[in-house]
Amino acid sequence: MVKIFETIGNSVLKFFTEAGKISILFVKIFYWMFKKPSEWKNIIRQMVIVGVNSFVVITITSLSTGMVLALQTGSALERKISGSALFLGGIVSLSLVRELAPVLAGIIIAGRIGSAIAAEIGTMNVTEQIDALYTMATSPIKYLAVPRFLSCVIMLPVLTIYSNLIGILGGLFISMNIFGVSANTFIEGINFYLSVDDIFKGLFKTLFFGAIIATVGCYKGFETVGGAEGVGKSTTSSVVISSMLILVADYILTAFLW
Amino acid sequence: MIEIKNLTKSFGNHKVIDNLNLKIYDKETVVIIGRSGCGKSVLLKHIIGILKPDKGSIYINGEDITKYDEKKLNELRKKFGMLFQGAALFDSLTVEENVAFALSRFTNLSKDEIKARVKEKLALVGLKDVENLKPAELSGGMKKRVGLARALAMNPEIILYDEPTTGLDPIMADVINDLIIDLKKKINVTGIAVTHDMKSAYKIADRIAMMFNGKIIEEGTPEEIQKTKNPIVKQFISGDAKGPIPVIG
Repeated sequence: MVKIFETIGNSVLKFFTEAGKISILFVKIFYWMFKKPSEWKNIIRQMVIVGVNSFVVITITSLSTGMVLALQTGSALERKISGSALFLGGIVSLSLVRELAPVLAGIIIAGRIGSAIAAEIGTMNVTEQIDALYTMATSPIKYLAVPRFLSCVIMLPVLTIYSNLIGILGGLFISMNIFGVSANTFIEGINFYLSVDDIFKGLFKTLFFGAIIATVGCYKGFETVGGAEGVGKSTTSSVVISSMLILVADYILTAFLW
Repeated sequence: MIEIKNLTKSFGNHKVIDNLNLKIYDKETVVIIGRSGCGKSVLLKHIIGILKPDKGSIYINGEDITKYDEKKLNELRKKFGMLFQGAALFDSLTVEENVAFALSRFTNLSKDEIKARVKEKLALVGLKDVENLKPAELSGGMKKRVGLARALAMNPEIILYDEPTTGLDPIMADVINDLIIDLKKKINVTGIAVTHDMKSAYKIADRIAMMFNGKIIEEGTPEEIQKTKNPIVKQFISGDAKGPIPVIG
């Protein structure tokens, strides 16, 4: 019995310690963001890694999501009321813009970039490169965490805008070819149901997702101990933790925003 | 002068450095010897302020650096160069960017001046035309030499060498030894090296200090160390498995 309580106690303690440490890192990143010298070169390099290099995977995911969404909803609608597929424009765009594109982009970037951040910083940690930064009077938070944080926070919304567009195009393609909805009707549906507000709120959420991905990835990297095995563990747990946090944050933000 | 007074550091329950005292005078090379994992590298990291001691002080030119905040430490670190055991070159940067790292961040030198300085430092460690290579393309010996060039870039007053010859073949190890001696002659730096390679220690040291159980148990010139009566030091420098030093632990 005592053992059970001990285990529960330890897990709770560990959870709050980690949460505390991640929050401290988050605050430190903000502190270092405004210190000189600026890391713009480094930031642009990271933005290319986060943004440009993720376009293909975001394209494929968004396109298939938009298409599947149209296919599923369209067939379900048509099954009950014939002709109701003309609502597809509104349904597809609303679901994508408000929910699916931000969360999917977040989870994909958590897998692609969050893991890479944890692995790279973790490897630097176990090979003393982080110590080397200190010896050269450079804060690892400023040099490594700040550029990664900014690039995630800036590029995730950009990727989400792109994901919205591609997803809607996928939906349009299916609506036109499978359900015979005209492009005009589809776009009218978007116009009628989707507001600019929805787009901005969806993008607003991704700012938080970007911050979560970068902060957790960096935290796990800086905390890495124990060689290759440690790097592997950090990588996995960074993806798991940031994906979970994205889903939790998504619910909280959605509840506040709408 | 660097003066380490009553330095103590524990990790968890394990006391790695226990009331350690050591003086390092200007322009001399001191080699700290001791078994792997005895806390030699931890000691180096205290001297450059990466680790904070639990107790004790480190005076550099009369000032206690353990009381320094991060800003003051960073100013201090610009006077240091450190060569890491595995060189610790930044994988994502080229050799040139590695050597130029501190120069481009903390000096007002132009791009051409930085390029020239990188070339000069690489030449000092016997390398040329490697500027555009990535660390992954270098051999172990080359990595160490680039690491040394990087440590020298800011013209440091003190250089810390963490196992400078470990992992190198005997010939390359001797090349690094000669480099360390050369550097001292040419640019007159204070050197602190930690190693368990006795050949290297005898060759590069003005003084040798033996670390055991978190303390300095003996110090002296290489000749004095070779003639030591201390059974622990004797066992270590002759590399015997039998003796007062426990093999396990």
